[in-house]
Formats: sequence, C-alpha cells, structure tokens
Amino acid sequence: MTDTVLDIKNVSKSFGDNLANDDISLSLAKGEIVALLGENGAGKTTLMSILFGHYVPDTGSVSVMGQALPAGKPRAAISAGVGMVHQHFSLAPNLTVLENVMTGTESLWSIGSNVSAGRKKLLDISQRFGLKVDPDARLGDLSVGEQQRVEILKALYNDARILVLDEPTAVLTKLEAETLFSTLKDMARQGLSLIFISHKLDEVMATADRIVVLRGGRQVAERKVGETSKAELAELMVGRKVTRPVREASTPGEIVLEAAGITVRSGGVDRLKSVDFRLRAGEVLGIIGVSGNGQAVLAQLLSGTIGRSAGDLVLFGKGVGDLTVADAVSCGIGRIPEDRNRDGVIGEMAIWENAVLERLPEFSKAGLVDRKAGIAFATRIIEGFDVRGGSPTSRIRLLSGGNMQKLILGRNLIERPKILLAAQPARGLDEGAVAAVHERILEARKAGTAVLLISEDLDEVMALADRIQAIVGGRLSPSVNAEHVDAQRLGLMMAGEWGGASDAV
Amino acid sequence: MRFERREHRSTLLVVATPILAVIAALAIAGVLIAAAGAPVFEAYWKILTSAFGSRLSATETLTRASPLILTGLAAAVAFRARLWNIGGEGQFYLGAIAAAAASAHLFAGLPSLLQIPLLFIVGAFAGMVLLLVPLWLRLRFSVDEVVTTLLLNFVALLFVSMLIDGVLKDPAAFGWPQSEAVDAAARLPKLLARSRLHIGLGIAVVIAFLIYFVQTRTVFGVQSRAAGLNPSGAVFAGVPLGRTLVIVAMISGGLAGLAGTIEVLGVKGYVTTDLSPGYGYSGIVVAMLANLNPLGVVLAALFTATMFVGADGMSRSMGIPTYIADVTVALSLLSMLVAVFFTQYRIRR
Repeated sequence: MTDTVLDIKNVSKSFGDNLANDDISLSLAKGEIVALLGENGAGKTTLMSILFGHYVPDTGSVSVMGQALPAGKPRAAISAGVGMVHQHFSLAPNLTVLENVMTGTESLWSIGSNVSAGRKKLLDISQRFGLKVDPDARLGDLSVGEQQRVEILKALYNDARILVLDEPTAVLTKLEAETLFSTLKDMARQGLSLIFISHKLDEVMATADRIVVLRGGRQVAERKVGETSKAELAELMVGRKVTRPVREASTPGEIVLEAAGITVRSGGVDRLKSVDFRLRAGEVLGIIGVSGNGQAVLAQLLSGTIGRSAGDLVLFGKGVGDLTVADAVSCGIGRIPEDRNRDGVIGEMAIWENAVLERLPEFSKAGLVDRKAGIAFATRIIEGFDVRGGSPTSRIRLLSGGNMQKLILGRNLIERPKILLAAQPARGLDEGAVAAVHERILEARKAGTAVLLISEDLDEVMALADRIQAIVGGRLSPSVNAEHVDAQRLGLMMAGEWGGASDAV
Repeated sequence: MRFERREHRSTLLVVATPILAVIAALAIAGVLIAAAGAPVFEAYWKILTSAFGSRLSATETLTRASPLILTGLAAAVAFRARLWNIGGEGQFYLGAIAAAAASAHLFAGLPSLLQIPLLFIVGAFAGMVLLLVPLWLRLRFSVDEVVTTLLLNFVALLFVSMLIDGVLKDPAAFGWPQSEAVDAAARLPKLLARSRLHIGLGIAVVIAFLIYFVQTRTVFGVQSRAAGLNPSGAVFAGVPLGRTLVIVAMISGGLAGLAGTIEVLGVKGYVTTDLSPGYGYSGIVVAMLANLNPLGVVLAALFTATMFVGADGMSRSMGIPTYIADVTVALSLLSMLVAVFFTQYRIRR
C-alpha cells in the first residue's frame, strides 16, 4: 500500500484480567474504507478509543500520516486529522447545528466568534459531500439521521482526513442507512479514509473495501470484500457456524387477541388510526414498518402502559377495557419492550430483582418480597435461557445486550405465556444472540403461544412470521401470508402501497 | 480520562479513603489555623477532645447527631426515588411548632406515654403536608420541586417566626419571641442523667434500621427504588409511579417533621427561630455522605456532628475566629464526599 494514512501497530490493552485488545495491527490507505467487524465485546470500540486518545494502550503505537501520535491525547488525534462519529452522539440538543459544529474549534480566549466564516466553511463542506443541513436549525429538532449528519460534518469541519464511525447504523432506519452508505463511498472517492465499525454483515459487504474481523480482543482475519462471503464472515466473527433457525409449518389455533378499530390519540395527533388485527394461538403475526409510524404506540397499548381513545380489544374471546401492566402480566401476556435499556431493565438493580419486578405480587407475602423465591426464579431463567455473565445477585447492567435480552425473554417465556408481544426483539444484538432470540420465539410459537412481532427488520419478519401486516402513519395494512410475499412487496407495503393485499386470516 | 464504577471494593479502600479525606481536610484547615496564629497540632487535638474528650462533650455530640440522622434519612429516602426534597429545614420547623402548640394547648395534661406518641404523629404530619404540596405541584403541573421545596423553607421559617411572636408567644418570656413551653409530660426521657442526651437518639437509630428493612425487603421498597433508578423502566414493570412518590414524600416529610418534634421535646422544650442550626440542610449532606444508605446515614450523621461540635470547641478554646471552624467543617464534608465518590468510582485512562 502506497498512501498509508493510518498505521496502528501491535496495540494491546487490558482492563484488569480482561484483555480487550491483544496485539492488533491495522493500516488504512488514502481513500479506503475498512470495516472493523466483530461481535459486541470483541474489542472494536476499545481499539478506536485508543486511536482517538481516550485510552492509553499498554503496548503498541499509533501513527497518522507517518507521525507517531502521543498516547492519551484526544486533542492531538483531532489535530492530526482523526475524526470520530460516536454511536451515541456527543452533540448539544439545545444549540443550533452551526453552534454544535463550531464548538471546540475556537480558542476560549478569543473575544468574538467568527460565525460568518464558520457558516461559510460548514456550507462548503456540506455541499462538497452532499450532506445537506440547515445551519440554524436547533439540533434537538432534527431526526436521528440528520443529527448523525451533523456529527459527521463536525468531524469534517475539524479537517478530518480519517473518519471513524462507531456502529453508525444502529440508530438509523433502513432508508437513512442507505443514504449514509452512498455518502461514505462518495467521501472515500474524494480522498478521505474511513473506518467503519459494525457487526452487521450486509452493511459491511455493501460498503467496505477491506474487512478486519476481531473476536475476543484478537484480530482473527482480514479479507478483501470481493474475496469473502457473508457466511464466511459470520463464522469468523462468531467463531463457529451460525445458522438462524427456520420456521416449521404449523396450524394456528384459536383467536386469542383481536383488535377492532383501535385509535390512540395523544397530543392532538392520532398515533394509531382505526387499527384492526387478529392474533391466533401458535402463529407469529409480524407488524413491519419504518420506526416512528406507530408501532411503538401499539406496543405500549398492548403492554398496558397507555390507554386507547376508541375501538375494541378482545382478549381470549372477552372484551376488555384498558389494560394495565398488572392485567397484562396476570393474564399471560409476555412483553419484550423495544428499548431494553430504557424500559426492559433497571440497570442498577440485581438480576433477580429485574426478573421479578413486573410480577412482584407472586413473589411476595404480606408486602415482603420473597428474596429466596426471586433468586430461585432468576436462577431458573439463567440456566434455562443460557444467560451468561452474571449471577442472580449481580447488577443487570453488567450483562451484555444479548444476555440482557435473553433474561427478558426468559422472564416472559419461562411461565409459558399465551401471548408474546415482541418489539424489535433482536435490535442491536450480535449474530449469535439474534439466532438464540429467534429460536426462543419459534419455540414459543410451537408450544402454542401467539406471537405479535413488531420489527423493522425485513429479514427477521420474513424468517419468523406466518402473516405480515405493515404499519404506516398509524394505519395497519390488511395481512398477507408470509409464504406469498417477497422483500420487494414488503418494501412497497412499508411505503403505504398495500393495494390488493389479501387477508389470510 | 473517565470515571468508571468499581465492581469490587476492597476493605482497605473502604477504610483508608475516609481517613485520608479527614487528613486532607485537616491539612488544609491547618493552613488557616496557622495563619490565625494558633498552634496547629494542638488545634487538631482540641477538635477531638471537644467532640469526645469528656462525658459532657460526647453526649453533646450524640445529641447533635440525633436530629441529623432523621433529616439525613428524610433526604436519603426522597433522593432514592429522585424526589428532590430540599425542604427539610422548613419541614423540621413546622414539625417542631406543630408539636409545641399541640402539647401546650391540645394535649396538655395527658400522660407521657400517650402524649409523646401523639405529638410525634402531629409533628410528622405537619412535615408531610409541607412536602405534599410541592409534590402535588410537580405531579399536576410539572413544577420543579427543587425550587418549591427550597423556597418553602423560608415561608415555613417566617410562618413559625410569626406564630412565636404572635398567637403562640410565651407571655412568661420577657418579650423574647419564643413559643410557650411544652407540657412537662411531653419532655423526652433522658438517655443519660445530667446530660442533654435523650431517647431521640435511640428512636432515630431504630428508624434508620426500619427504613433499611423497608427499602430492601418490602414490595414498596423495591418499587420505589426502581422508580428512582429508572422511571420508564418502572412504569413498564407496572410500578404506580405517582402513588409511590406520594408515599415517599409522606415518609420523607414526616421524618423531617419528626426531627423537629424530637428536637423541641428532647432538648429545648420550646421553639425559637434558632432551634435548628441548619439541620434540614445538613441532612442533605449527611444523605450524600451516606450514599443514600439508611444505615450509612447514622454514621454520616455522627461524623457531621463530630465535626460541628469539635470545630466549634476548637475555635472557642484556641481563641481563633469562628469562621475557621465553619471552614473546617465544610472542608471535612467536601473531602469526605470526594472520598465516598472514589470508593465507588475509579479514574480510568
């Protein structure tokens, strides 16, 4: 390679007994996109934090454009031309786009701020790379995709020649992600070098020139994109062959849940508009849609955290009023929330407390919590659902996302619910955990549980669902049989074109 | 550089950091003491002997610790549920005046065993009411309770000041603004004869254990902890957020009111506007020092009282300005807070 802009040599870093990076070397050429592929905890973020000067490596060195970078100095990394786009944005929502971009670029001691020069530079960059923004918009008013664009612009504004993107698509919709990829390729063509951290195989294959695979802190492989396949990468990343489970044919049973004309109004807006669906025992009904189209409201309604404005809900053949959480739990509705960190767990509480929190009445006598029974319950989940990385009394925050999700699945499925409400159950999980979650959902289906799967992942819905309905702007399409649709048809349905969809109930 | 939560705390760390904190605080205070022209090490010795050197000083320290335990618990319970009750001082005074008035007028003549528990209820109830108002404003109109509870302190103190210079004024006090004395049967029994130490200390410690039990063992405790740590997660798990906060507010306000009641029944016997040297506010520091742990509150209150009494005695006996005593107290509390922080977090680079 002739134009090496970045050279990471033999970097190792350990935290206590945990070797997060073990002798990793990585180089990056001008105009190249390198994907850093690995499961959660493989050491990708640690490596990039070392590059960016957030961590000091135990051994090894980083050099940019042939110059060695002093360890542990983020400012040196920025001025050498390294820009970082974090997974969780480091922007201030109460400032404008321009203010956010200019923050940190001017001396604190300068009297005025040269706003007009800053604006000109920002607009130049935005035009050059086709990253459209309104410099005066308040950041908090922008969509997540736009905020990410601002984060990229901020890096470019600091004259970054090397851009590191940490799981950039984790927060984006499919469409936003596609736009991002074409922008990235365009930036590479203009001479920027990019490192792209991901655990999603499709993205990596579609975007990168070269792929470096990390596993357990070690560099296990390096492949040119043309010389590898998704299957090979998956195996390299996980360390063994991963196969997603396959849905077997089955005959659905009784209707357990029926919604007729359900409307939910809040803040003067109809979040759900006259929604109809039927859910049968032993089937998976997939609700697919781009996020923000009302699926979160539907999930909240069925979870018992909000009420409805109009319509009928029939549960096991009986009409019910507004569900409360206690009703939902006691009548056998298992609930997997969309955002497991925000809604699914209380991070600072113990695993066993998280396991029993929604069913405390069952685990208490005369107002006193039965700690022993709670720990026994958690132990059953940990054993039955292969939750690794914690004991019943350790804080749940210490679990990885996949293991946390397995615990949430476990606390719902262990009591064999009649209905399982699963909102984005595999979001943000790595390949191994996705397979485990899918397997559990299909097992529940086989055992007669009616599953309502809310997801924006086409592959997931097509793999798990028997029937599919699309949600667009708070309206639900008629259902289609999953055997008779392809991705293209679903794409159209998600865009609101469900013309002659057949109701296959 | 970032802070990272420690998963395991070694015994050495837990024991050594607070000691280092005290040494650091004393070292800084030493500069001021030396600047005031007093021998530094003698001054340090005086802090210790003024707080624990004699039977009198030791009982005085413990007497000071009793209300601090209760106001510390009031803050700790509320903060756990993310109810920012800064109004402990006002609740303290309202509890004190309510109990004093009830004793002088309503329950006068009732036997101790009946009257004292009744007064506890009255005082706690007064504190409760003063906190329920800001909570209602928060739940109904999203008014920030930090502001309302803080400002109600001044309202409460001026209200008490009005009462003891008006309808509740003691006619036998030669014109001084103070409330009528409580009934003799309402005075708390002494824990030790010939001292000011009363059974309030025992009551406070028992309550600390009781709250520890409630927080760790009961459904309400687990739910209120969840509500404080992650409100939206708690809602998803079916915790009634509003109801939980109301109960928490009743406990918190009640404890601060009870602190005032016990202080007036145990120590002075009547209410003046200097009944509390900031017990309500110091309770917040105590709660933070204890990391909101109810049992830790007892120790933190003892430490705080020691510094109050010790630094005060030091400045009196060494003849150095009282503000140096105040600075010493503040320094020790600040450095102890830092120490508590570092027993839980480490710096990582």
